[in-house]
Amino acid sequence: MTGTMAETASKAMIEVDDLHVTFGRGPRATHAVRGVGFRVAAGESYGLVGESGSGKSTVLRALAGLVEGWRGRMTVAGRVLGPRREAAFYKLVQMVFQDPYGSLHPRHTVERILSEPVAIHRLGAADRRIEQALGDVGLGPQFRYRYPHQLSGGQRQRVAIARALILEPKILLLDEPTSALDVSIQAEVLNLLARLKRERGLTYILVSHNLAVVAHMCTRLAVMNRGTIVEEMTVAQLRRGAPRHPYTKQLLTASRGYDRTAVDAFIDFAEAEAGSIART
Amino acid sequence: MTMRNNTDAAGADVAQAETACVNETWRAWLLSDQPHSRTQARLGCFYRTWAAFLENRLAVFGLAIVLGLVLMATFADVLAPTSPVVGGDLRTERLLPPSAAHWFGTDDQARDLFSRIVHGARLTLLVVALVALIATPIGLLVGTVAGYFGGLIDQALMRVTDIFLAFPRLILALAFVAALGPGIENAILAIAITSWPPYARIARAETLTIRNADYINAVRLQGASSLRIIWGHIVPLCISSVIIRVTLDMAGIILTAAGLGFLGLGAQPPLPEWGAMVASGRRYLIDYWWVATVPGIAIFVVSLGFNLLGDGLRDVFDPKAQK
Repeated sequence: MTGTMAETASKAMIEVDDLHVTFGRGPRATHAVRGVGFRVAAGESYGLVGESGSGKSTVLRALAGLVEGWRGRMTVAGRVLGPRREAAFYKLVQMVFQDPYGSLHPRHTVERILSEPVAIHRLGAADRRIEQALGDVGLGPQFRYRYPHQLSGGQRQRVAIARALILEPKILLLDEPTSALDVSIQAEVLNLLARLKRERGLTYILVSHNLAVVAHMCTRLAVMNRGTIVEEMTVAQLRRGAPRHPYTKQLLTASRGYDRTAVDAFIDFAEAEAGSIART
Repeated sequence: MTMRNNTDAAGADVAQAETACVNETWRAWLLSDQPHSRTQARLGCFYRTWAAFLENRLAVFGLAIVLGLVLMATFADVLAPTSPVVGGDLRTERLLPPSAAHWFGTDDQARDLFSRIVHGARLTLLVVALVALIATPIGLLVGTVAGYFGGLIDQALMRVTDIFLAFPRLILALAFVAALGPGIENAILAIAITSWPPYARIARAETLTIRNADYINAVRLQGASSLRIIWGHIVPLCISSVIIRVTLDMAGIILTAAGLGFLGLGAQPPLPEWGAMVASGRRYLIDYWWVATVPGIAIFVVSLGFNLLGDGLRDVFDPKAQK
C-alpha cells in the first residue's frame, strides 16, 4: 500500500497540464504559451528545447511563480499550485538563472547572497550552511566575502547554484544555466550540476536551445515551437536521430553547425503555421 | 659627529620605510580580493570609492567647504569673539567697516558680523541636515514602493507626487509657512515637505529598472517578503542616486531657507540666519555694503561647496556618468 503510494508520488514530481501564459491585455496581448503539458518523475532530468521566443523559459517561470496571468493546472510533489506560492514551495523548488552577471545582487557579498535564504526561512546555523554550500559547488572559503564583480562568470554561476541549493530543494529549475558561459566553463558547470543531482537525487527541468547540453544532462525532452510542445521524446531517440516532427529535424540539423544548403532549406515554422491557421 | 648624523639619518630612513610599509600593508589589506570578513569587504569597497573620490580635486574642495561648515558650527562658541545676538555700544559700534577688531564689520545693531556668520552656520547646518533627514526617507519610501508594486499603488503615489511637483518649491513653502506660522522649525518642515517629490521620482525610476532583474527574481523565489526585497535589495541600489540628488539640492535648500528668512517667514530676529541677515542689511546696501554682502558670500560659498561635493559623488557613484 505504502509502496504504491510512494510509487505514484515518484511517478510525477511535476505535472503541468494545459498551461497557457498570456502577457498583456486586449489587442496587444501575446499568447506566449499555448496549452503545454508534461510530466517529470522524481529524480528525472527533463529538457525543454526550442529556439528563442518559443516560450520554454516562460513555462519555467510560470512554474516558479515569477509570471502572472497563467491558466491551467500545475502540481509539484502532488500539491496543486495557486497564483501565490507559500514558503514550503520555495524550500522545494529553486531556480538557476541564465545570466550569471544579472542574477547576483551587485552590492551584496557572496556571504550576504547566501545568508539571505537562510535568514528568510529561519534555518539557523548560517555560518556552517554557507561554508557547506560553497564547498558543494567547488568554491573555497576565500570566495565568501567577495563581491560579484570580483568573480568570473563561471564562479558567479557556481554562487547562483549554491544559493539555489542552500535551501536543500528537491527540484531545480535550470534556465539555460550555461549559455552565457564560454565552452570550457560550460562543461565544468554541467558536470557540477550532474554531480549534485547524483548526490542529492534532485529533479531537474533544464531549458536550453543547445541540443548537446540537453542530450548530456537529460533523459527525456520536449521540443517547443511557438508556445506549444511539438514533440516529446527520449534522449535515446534523439541520439538515434529519429525525431518525427519536421521542426525537430530542422533544430537537429541546425545544432550540427552551419550548413548553407541546410539553412536554405529551412522553413519558418511560425509563418508556415500561421498560413495553415489562416487556411482552416 | 658625522657618524652620528649618518646613523640618525639612517634611523629616520628606517622609520620612514616602516611607516610606508605599514601603510602598504593596510592598503593591501583593504584592496585584498580575498577579504576574510564582512567588515573587511565593506571597508575595502569604501576605500576604493574614497580613492576614486580623492582624484576629483574640485569635489575634495567641496567636501572641505562642507567640513569647514560643520567645524564652524560645532566650535561656534569658541570661534566667535562676541555674542551673535547682543550688540556692542549702539553710539560708537554701529555699522563699522571690516577691521582687525571686527573682521567682517558690524551691523546696524552694533553686532559683530563675524560672530553672527559663525553662529549662523549652525542654523544653516540644522536646516540642511533636518531637511535631508526628513525628505530623503519619504522620497525613497514613496518611490521604491510605487516602483516595486506598480499598478494602482504606483498610480496613486505618483499622482500625489505630481501634485507636489506642480507648485514651485518656494511658493509652496511660503504657503506652508503662512499656514504654520513663521519660524525656523516651520521653515524646515515646509522645505522638507516640498523637496521630497524629486527623490521619489528618482527612486521610482531606479526601482523600475531593477525590479525585474534576475537577482530580484531570485530573492523573490526564496520567499522573501516585499519589505525585505525593498529594504535589503532595492533601496541599496537607489540610495546612491538619491544621495547625489540630495547633495546637489542642498544649495537649493539653503537658498530657499535664506529666501524664507529674507521674506521674514523663516528664522526670526535676533537669530543669526544668513538670509535674514541679507534682508536686514538691504537697507544699508549702498553706504554699508558689508552688512548684506558678507552673509550673501557665506550662502554662496556653502552652496558652491555642496554643489561641488554632489558633482564629485555623482562621478564616483553613477557608473553611467564615468568619463
